[in-house]
Order: sequence, then structure tokens, then C-alpha cells
Amino acid sequence: MTAFDWVAQILGIFAALLAAPLFLGWVNQCRAWLQNKSAPPLLLPYRAIRKLFHKDAVIASNASPLFRLAPYVVFGTMVTAAAIIPSIATRLPFTRAADAIALVGLFATARVFVSLAAMDVGTAFGTLGARREMMIGFLAEPALLMVIFVASLIGATTALPQISELLATQSLALYPSLAFTAVAFTMVLLAENARIPVDNPATHLELTMIHEALLLEYSARHLALMEWAAALKLFNYVCIGFALFIPWGLATSQAPFILTLSLLFLGAKLVLAGAGIALIETVSAKLRVFRAPEFLATAFLFAVLGLLVRLLLGA
Amino acid sequence: MSSILTFAVLLGTPLVGALLLGLLGAKRWAPALNVLFSALTFLAASALTSRVITHGNLVVMHEQFFIDAFNVFLVTLTAFVGLTTAIFSRPYMRIEAEHGRVSPAQLRLYHSMYQLFMATMLIALTTNNLGLMWVAMEAATLSTVLLVTLYRTPASLEAGWKYFILCGVGIAQALFGTILLYFAAEKVLGAEGVSALLWTHLNVVKAHLEPAVLSLAFVFLLVGYGTKVGLAPLHNWLPDAHAEGPTPISAVLSGLLLNVAMYAVVRCKVLVEGSLQSTLPGRMLMGFGLLSVVLAAFFLWRQRDIKRLFAYSSVEHMGIVAFAFGMGGPVANFAALLHMTVHSLTKSAIFFAVGHAAQKAGSQLMEDIRGLITLSPTIGWGLMMGSLAILGMPPFGVFASEFLILTTAMKQEPWATPILLLALGVAFAAIFSRVQPMVFGETTAKRLPHPPALLPVFTHLALVLMLGIFIPPYLADWYRAAAQLIAGH
Amino acid sequence: MEALPFDLQILNALAALLLLLSFAMLSQRRIVTLVNLLAMQGALLCIATILLAWRTGAGHLYFSAGLTLALKVIFLPWLLHRLMRRLGVYWDTEPLLNTTGTMLIGVLVVVFSFGLAQPISALASTATRNAIGIAVAVVLIAFMTMITRRKAMSQVVGFLSMENGLFFGAMSATYGMPMIVELGVALDVLVAMLVLGVFFFQIREQFDSLDLSHLESLKEDQ
Repeated sequence: MTAFDWVAQILGIFAALLAAPLFLGWVNQCRAWLQNKSAPPLLLPYRAIRKLFHKDAVIASNASPLFRLAPYVVFGTMVTAAAIIPSIATRLPFTRAADAIALVGLFATARVFVSLAAMDVGTAFGTLGARREMMIGFLAEPALLMVIFVASLIGATTALPQISELLATQSLALYPSLAFTAVAFTMVLLAENARIPVDNPATHLELTMIHEALLLEYSARHLALMEWAAALKLFNYVCIGFALFIPWGLATSQAPFILTLSLLFLGAKLVLAGAGIALIETVSAKLRVFRAPEFLATAFLFAVLGLLVRLLLGA
Repeated sequence: MSSILTFAVLLGTPLVGALLLGLLGAKRWAPALNVLFSALTFLAASALTSRVITHGNLVVMHEQFFIDAFNVFLVTLTAFVGLTTAIFSRPYMRIEAEHGRVSPAQLRLYHSMYQLFMATMLIALTTNNLGLMWVAMEAATLSTVLLVTLYRTPASLEAGWKYFILCGVGIAQALFGTILLYFAAEKVLGAEGVSALLWTHLNVVKAHLEPAVLSLAFVFLLVGYGTKVGLAPLHNWLPDAHAEGPTPISAVLSGLLLNVAMYAVVRCKVLVEGSLQSTLPGRMLMGFGLLSVVLAAFFLWRQRDIKRLFAYSSVEHMGIVAFAFGMGGPVANFAALLHMTVHSLTKSAIFFAVGHAAQKAGSQLMEDIRGLITLSPTIGWGLMMGSLAILGMPPFGVFASEFLILTTAMKQEPWATPILLLALGVAFAAIFSRVQPMVFGETTAKRLPHPPALLPVFTHLALVLMLGIFIPPYLADWYRAAAQLIAGH
Repeated sequence: MEALPFDLQILNALAALLLLLSFAMLSQRRIVTLVNLLAMQGALLCIATILLAWRTGAGHLYFSAGLTLALKVIFLPWLLHRLMRRLGVYWDTEPLLNTTGTMLIGVLVVVFSFGLAQPISALASTATRNAIGIAVAVVLIAFMTMITRRKAMSQVVGFLSMENGLFFGAMSATYGMPMIVELGVALDVLVAMLVLGVFFFQIREQFDSLDLSHLESLKEDQ
């Protein structure tokens, strides 16, 4: 682990922290364009977070210490995840701490804490949101794990950076199994990050909320951390997608200026991914909540198909 | 040279007939034309038969067609029953048309599909190419689907739909089995075009074919062609399809198509047994056969429609044939071949009598048919004798074949004998108890003026009687040769 | 990890897409889409045949591909669409088992088919022998499609999909059957569809609907 690797690691974490709200703003911008509306400013998420940090926190009187702790835990897990995911380079010192399956576990930890905190105060909508979030998560996690399994089978390792390195450096080959899992992963991404067709991030109707309902009780710095963590979660998912399916552009060696180059590549990929997500959101309609399991079952099915094709066909 | 001509006439006549009758089938003399074509086909079949008896096996048209002792008698049987059914169908369909149950367009369809059906069955029987055999079997099903639904009643539509779908799915399995067979053959015979699917070539190299692939192939082939034979539990389509169509169609479906499907199964069994050198194919056939006999015997009790009753009887008898072929060995094979023949003749005779009986009574339900002896003695006696024949009463031929099968079973598979006897007994009781009131019961209807065509009925029954008492030597040699062929010598 | 030659990769990709289309047909209830998926299956088969023909140099495979194109991609879907328009059948009813359950059973069926096809794949000498399992899976999933449907039209589409699977099986195990057999099979399929067309009209005339629950009334005591 040379100094170069440490530089790459720190740069990766900061890139995630700084770029995540911008990415969220970009997705909203694209959505507005596609719907022929005028978009909010691109830097609005930054301003929102800054504004929230200046406010005084108001906490319910019956809130337990978990309620205050949860935003920090969630934010911390998201940053840790950002450290493990190869967004800029594939030689990351922190990856020895956790592999792809532990990554899924990190997301699960965040989900558990967020749900517990939402139920903590005892309001109706918080509990509703928590239950829905757990339902989505319980179905999305197997699908995500299947995707990781397929990638691990192809890469012969569960460490995400190694898989990306392998896929990026070998000659171009068609992997139908990866194609299937890419579709599954996209569906899981949409479900886990509260995007249409599973959840509308811009809704203010409590009965249709899944993710927003979890944040109803938070204010000021806690809310700022949760919002930032949500943006980081989307960023992380998108970077996992890049690492598995579009790994070209990652810095796999220590050539000069390679980090700058990989940052540029990442930027380009994020622009396209944001536009893609906005497109999917615009074209789909929000599913009714009891249809969400069907959506996720389809994602699971795609992932299992990918696994079968890999195992049985060798492709 | 003349054999090729005879063969061409054999296959060409029904095809030409189908075309002609498609155009002219509604004319008054169309049924007579139908009989003429069937007669020509029968003459060609007889000529071919005598040729094979005197000169041995026949291979024509670049080895695509092959006639040996096994299929030549089936060819003749098919042509013969086709002829007699065409004779029966003349007055029958005229009466149906008078009652308004068929329109001229439907009559055209009926006559042309009848000849086409004959053609496809003859192709399936004589072809050497297993792929072509599949194509012909599917074509035989397709040509009769629209005939089953000829009357357009809800029941006939349902019967036709079940027939189409169930036989279609079954025959798709048979296609997979054929593909597997081709796959195994290709390794030994090479992929040079068609020779890998020719039965004669496969018969020579069958010991070298890969056993694992062939056993898998046989499962699919048995399930596929077995559906068309009507082996339980794949027989669901049979009672409906045989009961809902016009009676001549019921007669040929029961009497002929089941035989052709059985022929396909046995041809494949010869190959698979040669490769596997085990009794697995035989045991599978025996299992399906026994299941069919038992199921059919018990279902016979629940029938109210007379044609459904005799359709289940066909399932039962095909089960007996399958059981016999499954046992294997020269005696059992001989008995199975004999049984195929007599069942074909007897069942079609019964359907002829039943057809006229149902026409007179205006309904196919057995409770509506009563006192046939007083209404029309010829029909009454025809039905009575036919039922006695099919139930295995001596001295009819069915008794001889069933006796042979039972004695062989007692020697080779003693555990199956009580099951067979039980099923046969149950079937006897069921059919006899139903037929008795129909023939001898009280009726208030009067004698009807239509003269039924019962020459075919009595001709068939006479043949069956003859076969029961005395089998002509050339016929016996014929069966023996075929039995040996099937046993793989 | 050695990479396969590119055309074999494409063949594997086509096989995987074929499997995907089978699953899509299993879950689809809109009959128009079902027929379009069937046409797509036919197109995939055609492409696979052409690729195989190019790879092995067998001339008759080009002809077979042309036959597939004419019959399974153009004529049969057109016929089915025409039937649908004239009969007014566009949607199927809810299946007995819900979509998720059916799909999961489909996955089990795929595993089973591969197990079944394993001895054949081991013995095959073609380049596409791994795809035999997919062919068997397509056949079995098409069979499942048939038995979970109530409308006659969807059952027919399932039946045709079964034929597609068998064709693909023949292609991957033995580079296709002899030409005469393939012609015969194509003829049979064509005639079957024409017969069905007539049949559907008869059913519709009698029952005013193509729902197969009307065709289940023939019972034993009749």
C-alpha cells in the first residue's frame, strides 16, 4: 500500500462526499428537463444541507438516545461504504476490511438504524415508513446478493475492486449473465434509493411515502446528515453499478495523472447515469405499494437467471 | 419396377382422392367416389402385400420407404378398414345430411379429409425415415381435428380442442425423442444427410447407439406416441374425440390410428432394446399397458354415452396390446399383432352398428337406445355380436389373442395376470350390462324405413370369427415373421 | 479464464436471451405482447441458425434459417395478429398461481432441464452443446405457459414456443435435422396454425368467447 494508494483512497472518499449532493441535483435537473419544467438550481442540495446545519435541532420529548445516534451511524456507514467502493481507483487500502458481501451488510445496518429511529418516536407515519422500508429491503437484499454472487463467480473473488480490475483489464467479452444482473441491479437501485417506480422522492403525501416518512421527525443537523447520507447512498449504488458493469476508466495502475483521468471518466459516467435514472423515472409510473414485491421479485428473478446462465452455460 | 408403381398407386390414390373430393365432395355421387378411391387403395395394398410375401422386404425411393412383414399387414388392414368404413359412410352421411346435421361444405371437408387421413396413415406406416413418420403422425392428427368438430356442437368443439392440444403436446415430446435418436445415430452413422434417421440403417447399428441417450429418447418417444395410442394417463383426449365426431371417423380413429401409433412405438422399442440390452423399454410399456387396462375397465362403469363406452374399450384393448408388446418374446408379439388386427376389425364393426343405432334413436345416450332387436334386427344382432366379440367371447378372434396373452403372462409375468383378469372381468360386466338392455330392452318406437348398410359390420365380424377359429397359414407365417422382427432377430 | 471465440459468445448470449424471452412469455398476460415475444424468439432462432451456418459451413442451415424467418417471424405472428383482431381477443385472465410463484417454479424448471440435458451435452460434439439445456428449459417453460393459461390463444402461443425450443434443441445438439424432416415439421406447424384459425372461429361462434373454461364441461357421466 503505497502513498499513491492512500491518496487515491482519500480522494475517493472526498469525491463521494462532495459529489453526492451534486449528483442528486443533476438527477432532479434532468427530470425537470424531461418533463419540460424549469429545474431547481443544480447546487440546491448543497444549500439545503448548509441551511439545515445552521438550524436548531428540535427533538421529541420521548425520543431515545437511538434517535440522536441514528443519523451519525447512517452517515458513517455510507462514508465507509464509499471508501470500499472503487469509484476512482482499484487499489484501495480500506478494502481489506470488507468485501462486497460486507458492503451489503453495511447498507443493511444503515437501513436497520433508520427504521428503528423512525419507529422510535412512536408516530404513525414513522412506523408506516419503517415497515415499508424493511419490506423493500428484505426483498431487495437477496437480489443484490445474487448480483454480487454472479460478479464474484466471474471475478473469482468477492472483493469488489478486484472484480472491477479483472473486468476492466481483460479483453472485451460478452457476458449474458452480467447483462441480466445489470438489469436486476438497476431495479434494486431504483427500489433501494426511493426512486420511481417504487417510491416518489418528491412526494409530500404521507400515505404514499416510503423513504420520506422515515425522515419526518428529524430536523436541523440530524436531517442534514440523513439527507446527505441518502444522497451518498444513491452515489454509492451508482458507483457499485459502474464497478461491476462499466469498469473502464478506473485507475488500475500508478501511471502519472491517472487519477485526474479517472475523475474525469467518473464525472462523465455520472452525468450519463443521472440522465438514465431521470429517464427511467420519467417513463415509469409509480407502482402501488403492494406491487412493489412483484417488482423486486422480478429483479430477483433476473439476478437468478443471470446466476443460472453463468453456472450452467458458463457465460 | 412394378413394385414402385404399386407403391406409388398406394400412396397416390388417397392423395388424389383428397384433392378431388375437396372440390366435388358435396355432390350426390361423392360418397361413391370416396368408396372407389378406397377400393383402389385396397387393391394396391393387396398387390403390395402379395409382392412382399413372395419377394421379401421392399425398399423404395432412395430408401425412404420400407415395407417388411410388420407393416405390410398393417397397411392392408388400414386399407381394408378404410374401404369398409367408406362403404358404411355412404348411407350414414346421407342420413346425417338429411337430418340437417352436416352442410354441403362440411361434406366436402369430410370426404377430402377422410382420404387425406388415409394417405397420412399409409405414409406413417410405410416410411423408413423416423422424422417423416413423425410428420405423418402429426398430419394424421391435424387432418382429423376438423372432422371431430364437424357437428359444431359445444361438446365436439371441446373434444376437438383437447384432441388438438393434448396430441400436439404429446407429439412435440415425440419430436424431442426423435431429435435425441438422431443425435445418437449421428455419432455412429455420420451426419451425411438423411441416413441417420432411416430405420433400416439404425436397426443394423442399434447395438452401437449410446444407451443413455436412447433411454432418454425412449421415454420421450413413449410419452409422445403413447399419447396418440391412448395409454393412460395420457388418454384424456380419446373418449371425447372418438365420441364426438361422426361415426365413420370414430371407427377409423379407434380402429386404425391407434394401431399406427402403436406401430411407431414398437418400431422405436426395437431400436432401443437393441441398444440398451435391458428390459427397461418392455417394462415401461407393460406398466403403461396395465395402467390403461385397469383405468379403462373402471371408467367403463361411469359412461352414459355409447360411443364413449366403446372409446374406453379401445383404451383398454390398446393397453392389452401394449402389455403384450412389453412382455416381448415371439408368442406375446404374435398375440399382440393378432389382437391389433381383430380389435381393429371388431371395434370398427361395433362403431358401424352403434352409428346406425344412435341415428335411429336420435341420441347417443345409452338410456335412449332400447330394443334394437325389434326396431331393426340387423343392427341389434350386429351390436350384440360385436360386443360379444370385443369382450373376448370364444370363438371370436379376440378370445384367441387374449388367451395367448394371458397364458404368456402367466408364464413370464405372473404378478400381472390377476390384474389383467380382474380388469377384463370388470370390463366384461360393464359393457355387457350396458349392451343387453340396448339390444333386448323394451321400446315403443317403431321400425324405421332407412336400410342400414350393415354389410361392413358382418364382413368384419365374419373375419374376426374366422381368425378366432382358424388362422390361414400364410397369415400365421406373416405374424410369426413380424413377431420375430419385433423381437429383434 | 479463457475467452471463447466471439461467435460462440454471441451464440451463448442468444441462448440466454431465448431463456429470458421464455420467462417473459410466462409472466405476460397481454396477448399482443405474447405474440410479439414469439416473433422475437423466432428472430433469435434465425440469427442463431445463420451464425451456426457461417461457423460450420453447412449450406442447408442457411435454408433452414430462411424457413424459420419466413414461417416463425413473419407468417405465423401475422396470422395470429389477424386472428386476434378478428376475434377481438387481447387480454388473458389472471392465472391460478400468481406471477411470482410461477416464475420461481420456472427457475426450478430451468435447473431441472439442465440436469436432464447433462448426459446429452456431455456426449455432443457440437460447439453449442451447453445450450441443449436451455432448449429443454424453453420447452418445459413453454409447457408451463400452456398449462397456466385460460385463453385458447395464449395456449397456442405456448405450443408454438415449445416448437421453437425443440428447433433450438435440434440446432444445438445436431446442427439441425435433415432438410426433409425440417420441411415436414414446418409444414405441420403451418397446417396446424391454419386448422387452428378455423377452429377458433368455430369455438367463438359457439361460445361467443375464447375462454377455455367453456371447454371444460365434458365430464365422465355424460
